[in-house]
Amino acid sequence: MTKRMQLIAIVLAALGLAACQKPAQTKPDETVAPPAESAGEASTSGIGTEGAAPAGTPLTPQQQALEALKQTSVIYFEYDSSEIRDQFLPVVAAHASYLVKYPSARVRLEGHTDERGSREYNIGLGERRAQAVRRALLAQGVAEAQVTTVSYGEERPAVEGSDETAYAQNRRVELVHAP
Amino acid sequence: MQSITSARRSALAALAAFAMLAAPGLVRAQLRLDITQGVRDAVPIAVVPFGGQGEDARTDVAAVVAGDLRMSGRFAPLERRDLVARPSAGPEIRFEDWRLLNADFIVVGRVEPDGAALTVTVELFNVRTGAALLGERLPSTQRDLRATAHRIADLVFERLTGLRGAFATRIAYVAVDGRPPAQRYRLIVADADGYDPRTILESSMPVMSPAWSPDGQNLAYVSFEGGASAVYVQRLSSGERTRVSARSGINGAPAWSPDGRRLALTLSRDENLDIYILDLGTQTLTRVTTDSSIDTEPEWAPDGRSLYFTSDRAGSAQVYQVGLDGDRQVRRVTFTGGYNARPRLSPDGKSLAMVTLDRGAYRIGVLDLVSRSLWVITDSRQDESPSFAPNGALIIYATRERGRGALAIASSDGSFRQRLSSDQGDVRDPAWSPFPPGG
Repeated sequence: MTKRMQLIAIVLAALGLAACQKPAQTKPDETVAPPAESAGEASTSGIGTEGAAPAGTPLTPQQQALEALKQTSVIYFEYDSSEIRDQFLPVVAAHASYLVKYPSARVRLEGHTDERGSREYNIGLGERRAQAVRRALLAQGVAEAQVTTVSYGEERPAVEGSDETAYAQNRRVELVHAP
Repeated sequence: MQSITSARRSALAALAAFAMLAAPGLVRAQLRLDITQGVRDAVPIAVVPFGGQGEDARTDVAAVVAGDLRMSGRFAPLERRDLVARPSAGPEIRFEDWRLLNADFIVVGRVEPDGAALTVTVELFNVRTGAALLGERLPSTQRDLRATAHRIADLVFERLTGLRGAFATRIAYVAVDGRPPAQRYRLIVADADGYDPRTILESSMPVMSPAWSPDGQNLAYVSFEGGASAVYVQRLSSGERTRVSARSGINGAPAWSPDGRRLALTLSRDENLDIYILDLGTQTLTRVTTDSSIDTEPEWAPDGRSLYFTSDRAGSAQVYQVGLDGDRQVRRVTFTGGYNARPRLSPDGKSLAMVTLDRGAYRIGVLDLVSRSLWVITDSRQDESPSFAPNGALIIYATRERGRGALAIASSDGSFRQRLSSDQGDVRDPAWSPFPPGG
């Protein structure tokens, strides 16, 4: 690389860094750290350490089962309904059999709605959906202590948008397994 | 001469704008009012720039007063460029000039140094008759000048409408930025005209349902910062706060009793939502509703003896009222339409604002509790979270605009609407404060 090209590269890198920096924000009286169980909002990235890949540990059968469950861990609902549609019954059954097989496993059911209607009422609708999934799990032998519910109503949409496609993706219960 | 002055003015404005851009840490994003539907019979009024204030005054008193009067929907302040003269006291006014401009009233005044403080004088005249309607001297300081300007707008508004002005009040709302699922939520308190927004809580998890205590000193709200919902009460002056309800399941929809000693809230102890009352002093919890449906969004009657609330016990969401004395009898309040939710009572207790499903769209409706007629006062597709100004004249609510949450204000009869434009991302869940104490 010529000197000139190196210089350009350095300048570009510097510009890129500068563009990423956000202006200092006014700090509130009270800053709240994100809860441990939610995905943290700060992300860091390393540059990797060449040739130092750690030795892999084989997944336990439970971890393997959990990985498979993660492929289908959302149940979608019709407008203003908390009825689990037939197409999602296999999803419920798969999660139930995992929880029955591993009694120490825990699942949190997160109920959500689309953005229409009043916010606190939607908290109620999200809770109703989470409870419908909870009852279905209990009916298949899952212990009560394994299941908790939370409703976010319309506060945590999966996708942005104010059309039926977005609404349909936001009316959901997410099954979140604790390790 | 004229052009030199205006050139200097725009240079100063440009300079000010540049200064704001150059210091992002100091400038807070703000809401800006845009009138979207005006009233035909808004009263024309001239608000003359106050004497003793240069073009570079940090707080332009006349601009604040004119902005407030415009926001009320009842007045149409003349544009500043149309003001033919700059009187700052009664004897300097040539009423025939202002008659030609079709101004019905004129506000003049001046800001004068008074030691380290300031004295603001304001006078209001009827342009047709020349009659003096108001003359007042208000103590102020450079720091409080904006509050004094709101107080002046209150005085003018009260003198001309007979209604108490609510310009020296505040609003709380929630701003959200970032794209799902990685969003940030901020609870903000600003002046009622959107000025001086201050973030009082910031979280990576949802924050919702701010509610003002009757004395305006505290906000109750719901925060999911621990992964589940909890109700907090935060003191605005210090930022200090208490978690008042973090029971298993849902903790939501806080509403202060008129005496400020209790909170009505929603809990989900039996796998469904019911309304409870929490005594903040004794921590005693009293259950109010027991239905197996969703019961939520409580709102106190002014006498503290009943609650209005949302319930879908009859299938669709409707508004009900439950008595708190004796037998807890529940009475249905709304019968029009397939969805009525989130009731908010007008300060005089005579009408109820709510979210109503109107021809397939969620809009703000106002139910007259005497005549039982329901008026839809907004016209968008997704209006929610209505909250009355403490004088009952205006309602602030949340709407959507180009795919983002926005705030808007309507007169409670629906004749006037304006949008509060925001550069704060998605804004929602507004709550109008009570009157400031002693005002």
